[in-house]
Amino acid sequence: MAERQMLLDSTLDSVEVAEAAVLQDAQAIGFQEDDLHQLGMAVRESMVNAVVHGNRYNARKKVRLSVTKDPDRLTIIIADEGDGFDMNALPDPLAEENLLRQSGRGLLLIQAFVDEFEVSRAQPSGTEVRMVKYLAKAS
Amino acid sequence: MSVKLTTRQVGDVTVIDANGRITLGEGASTFRDTIRDLAVKGDKKLLVNLSDVSYIDSSGIGEMVSGFTTVTNHGGVLKLLGLTKRVKDLLQITKLYTVFEVFEDEATAVRSFN
Repeated sequence: MAERQMLLDSTLDSVEVAEAAVLQDAQAIGFQEDDLHQLGMAVRESMVNAVVHGNRYNARKKVRLSVTKDPDRLTIIIADEGDGFDMNALPDPLAEENLLRQSGRGLLLIQAFVDEFEVSRAQPSGTEVRMVKYLAKAS
Repeated sequence: MSVKLTTRQVGDVTVIDANGRITLGEGASTFRDTIRDLAVKGDKKLLVNLSDVSYIDSSGIGEMVSGFTTVTNHGGVLKLLGLTKRVKDLLQITKLYTVFEVFEDEATAVRSFN
């Protein structure tokens, strides 16, 4: 088990930094092209949520990225320092009346691209997203 | 790399060739501005060629939907051409395959407007 910890600024540049870091770790344990793309997109969407919706680009707030490499899986935690949100209160992006909404598809894509996905309150404040992708389930 | 968009006319259809990434930031806003400008200019038949688009995130998808709505509101039609497997997967996951008319062949796509 090996772990990467990063404390990132609330900027869009951090999205690229986090995606590159996770992809490096994923490649190191053997994920292949399609799964790397899915992981990259899950990290990108989570980071955008943390920077844009969580920390609202606040320069005083940070995004914490943690990546744990196990032989059979990659575990990624992305935590912001925002106000948090209630997943159940979000509009269903697949409902007929929401299909033409411009936003609200990020969490749907994350859930489609990882094997495990959890959202919880970060301590002392904010939102923590935990994602796991298994190598054994790689195509 | 962001997205590069070039437009060309095939009969009365405006084909927008996209190349690169349509993601939050410059890529998504370039896409939005280009589609909006064409709609405002009065172009009614827009075909977006995505065959050279390597990556679209949820913001990019949002701009595609927004472009579709803008064009429709101006009395036009926006269709998609040349989706890669990854983009096709995204449209299936988000159920937008039911919204967009999608073509694999440009000649067929162009003919479909008439």
